[in-house]
Amino acid sequence: MNVPDDLLYTASHEWVRREDNKIRVGITDHAQAELTDVIYVELPKTGTSYDAGSTIAVVESVKAASDIYAPAKGTVLEVNESLETNPALINTDPYGEGWIYVLEVENSDQLHELKDAAAYRASLS
Amino acid sequence: MSDVGEKRTPLYDEHVKLGAKIIPFGGWLMPVQYSSIMEEHEAVRNSLGVFDISHMGELLASGPRASEWLNTMLTNDIAKLEVGSGQYTLLLDENAGIIDDLIAYQIENEKFLLVVNASRIEVDFAWLQSHLDDGVQLENQSERYAGLAIQGPRVGELFRALFGPSPKMPERNQIARFELDGMKLWVARTGYTGEEGIEVFFAAEDAPKVWNEVLEKGESLGIRPCGLGSRDTLRLEMCYPLNGSDLSPEHNPLEAGLGFFVDLTKPKFSGRQKLREEKEAGLSRRLIAFRMKGKGPPPRPHYRAFRNGSDAGEVTSGTLSPSLHYGIGMAYLTTPTPKPGEEIEIEIRGQKFPAVIEKKPLYKKP
Repeated sequence: MNVPDDLLYTASHEWVRREDNKIRVGITDHAQAELTDVIYVELPKTGTSYDAGSTIAVVESVKAASDIYAPAKGTVLEVNESLETNPALINTDPYGEGWIYVLEVENSDQLHELKDAAAYRASLS
Repeated sequence: MSDVGEKRTPLYDEHVKLGAKIIPFGGWLMPVQYSSIMEEHEAVRNSLGVFDISHMGELLASGPRASEWLNTMLTNDIAKLEVGSGQYTLLLDENAGIIDDLIAYQIENEKFLLVVNASRIEVDFAWLQSHLDDGVQLENQSERYAGLAIQGPRVGELFRALFGPSPKMPERNQIARFELDGMKLWVARTGYTGEEGIEVFFAAEDAPKVWNEVLEKGESLGIRPCGLGSRDTLRLEMCYPLNGSDLSPEHNPLEAGLGFFVDLTKPKFSGRQKLREEKEAGLSRRLIAFRMKGKGPPPRPHYRAFRNGSDAGEVTSGTLSPSLHYGIGMAYLTTPTPKPGEEIEIEIRGQKFPAVIEKKPLYKKP
């Protein structure tokens, strides 16, 4: 299972890439493999604020709808609109083209609670 | 994943070997998919798929009065069967609530095989046992049997690869005994996918051997092992109801659209009186099929359905159709009688999405 070293991870299988005071978020290779066949992504609205741990997006596979949680409190700056026409990007390129949204984080201290790659890898085994 | 109390079919190790994703279903640990629900679905529509259905139950009713007695227990007319044929039928409680839907096969003059849903084995058996008549023996043989559903347009070719060129594959709804390397198999021309197919029942201890032989002989035909995920999308495209979702003791077969399998002219069967009253008074709700219009999330069980802005019922099954590429589902809608073409709405996470009532089945073979 691909777990890039330069990313942070949540217990609910989101990955987080730090970009200054912003974070780019998607779901991990492990998560997409568990879901398989992503068929619909409900994206957050840009400009909307979310609390840490609140549902910010929904990823749907054939079998089930899975909530995606905000890893920190913040405001959505960007969403990946290509997922509206091609949700399978989450399966084919979870850490690249399959990103879901960019969040401007209010307090980056909240990111300290995230796992690094080694800890996330350990949680999968 | 907790294994406690959840049963494994005799093919559990084979599923794990093939990398299946295992989920609990009806008290069993079952493969939901091996690689991809979409790909497994396509394999069944275009070539061939094999499903482990060993979790399903096998009850045997035998004796000189078995036929008469079963006819008072089940909705369809069992007198229409002859040795080697089967019929879809329902087991109802006194209020005409659906205990289970099943296939009853007459396998000998005085012997019937009932293939019932996995999660209902004990309930069905207890119900039938408590209503048993003299001259009938009822046995729960579920533990002794394993089963496979082999479904898809290339099933005839696989049948010949397994059993040779001379034996004829049973006709639709027929069942017959065949031999494979000395193992005895019941082969029925039935299924839950809308494709040509067979369901095969045999001794549990033979399961890995039969499974692997089917996969081996089917390899050149493009066979894929298929999980419960594609089993669900395939059956929903055909609008075959799923027990526990579309069917339950809260629903009767008339409102579920299964009147064809209920013979109200029979003098006696459990739930008959209630069904006659319902029919007289007019049904208060009906199970309809619908498809989503335009882009949006797929429908799911328990979403609410709206007619003219008012709550009109509950979605009981829903998915994205792999063959049709749009959201499909079934829902119970209250009166007035819903008609194909009527526009409805499905509420998904607080937002209403347009849908339209369709004729069943939703999918027709091109």
